[in-house]
Amino acid sequence: MIEVKNVEKSFGDSKVLKGVSTVFETGKTNLIIGQSGSGKTVLLKSLLGIFTPEVGTISFDGRIYSELNADEKRALRTEIGMVFQGSALFDSMTVEENVGFPLKMFTSKTAAEIKERVDFVIQRVNLINANHKKPSEISGGMQKRVAIARAIVNNPKYLFCDEPNSGLDPKTAILIDNLIHEITQEYNITTVINTHDMNSVMEIGEKIIFLKEGILAWEGTKKDIFKTDNEAIVDFVYSSNLFKKIRKAQNKGE
Amino acid sequence: MLKEIFNKPTKWSVMRGLIFKEIDDLIIGSLGIVAFISFFVGGVVAIQTALNLTNPLIPKELIGFATRQSIILEFAPTFISIIMAGKMGSFITSSIGTMRVTEQIDALEVMGVNSLNYLVFPKIIASLLYPFLIGIAMFLGILGGWIAGVYGGFVSSNEFVTGLQAEFIPFHIAYSFIKTAIFGLLLATIPSFHGYYMKGGALEVGKASTVSFVWTSVVIILMNYILTQLLLAK
Repeated sequence: MIEVKNVEKSFGDSKVLKGVSTVFETGKTNLIIGQSGSGKTVLLKSLLGIFTPEVGTISFDGRIYSELNADEKRALRTEIGMVFQGSALFDSMTVEENVGFPLKMFTSKTAAEIKERVDFVIQRVNLINANHKKPSEISGGMQKRVAIARAIVNNPKYLFCDEPNSGLDPKTAILIDNLIHEITQEYNITTVINTHDMNSVMEIGEKIIFLKEGILAWEGTKKDIFKTDNEAIVDFVYSSNLFKKIRKAQNKGE
Repeated sequence: MLKEIFNKPTKWSVMRGLIFKEIDDLIIGSLGIVAFISFFVGGVVAIQTALNLTNPLIPKELIGFATRQSIILEFAPTFISIIMAGKMGSFITSSIGTMRVTEQIDALEVMGVNSLNYLVFPKIIASLLYPFLIGIAMFLGILGGWIAGVYGGFVSSNEFVTGLQAEFIPFHIAYSFIKTAIFGLLLATIPSFHGYYMKGGALEVGKASTVSFVWTSVVIILMNYILTQLLLAK
């Protein structure tokens, strides 16, 4: 579980996060949604320790990040898996080497043990015949799978994904969303996904927090979205004609 | 930056591989161009010296002497380092800069890897072998001068070799290698700094490489002046 308490973060005179408090639950797919510039990425980077909030605390299962020393922070980071928007795979390494990288760096496993684990994880994300290819030789969807495999290979307790399906076709995007959701439940991980893709929200959003101008404007589940009267989230979710029609149909059904 | 490079070292089994890779990319990979340039510039130095010896009172041994002095004192350590600022330096800046742009450095940091140590330390260690490259440049430069001088009919082999041995000061070799060792460290660190701390996208990677080349060259030239003053001036 990750607990965010009254987090504030500014850049110069501009306050991007204005006292955000929420809890990201273990074993659930937690989504951060909001318009561009709403503070989603800043919140995610604050969770990752890339940004340091001026006010407030972020705790990982009771461990308050700002109170940890450098070694404890590094140890905590080895419990974190991250899927970057652009996958961030290492160009000079093959798929197999990319996935095995965290094991090579942080465990004392032998080469054979690493190979066994890497093969298992690669199979788990349904990657076929890609072990010896470089990231530039595989498709965007496959790159995302490799990024997910790398993120989970060291059995992380926390998984963060920054717009994991951006740049993917709708079908592949749903496959990636579902893969993350399955892995979250299978390994009981605290997963936090930063997205503005409403398909993801409707597909896998077990807990959703909506940020608007740096303020947590709404939180709930995907089912709650259909029932809420909160203007901010309604305006955001139903900005597309497709979702407007869904809402209309649902209201008629009621 | 320098403090962080030596802080929290990467696992030795991983670092060893990275060091060998950097030696291959930066040192072994530069052998061809260094050999080519050194050989032909050495030849040109010998020919130019010969063509400017119009006074019959000046002995032809001067061709070997001038070639040796030019190559050992300035051409090999300084001129080759400027070329390497373009070749090695832009490779380092663009490879680290691309990693920055594509969030690969963020990925390392999020995993708990000290990215500066992981990326820059192996380059610094590889740069310790840079004097080896310059040693080869010295040898090939003088060989090029000898071949151009002798086979071009400007000087006899005996005269050239006598000139090579004339008034040889061993400290000049030491001076040259001291300069080279320092230039090697500059070649590893300045481009790494420009790549690591760059901001922006693909266009900025190109700009960072150019800026890195300019700054590395400027610092090498300035250091060359300072070191020459310190080590050779009496």
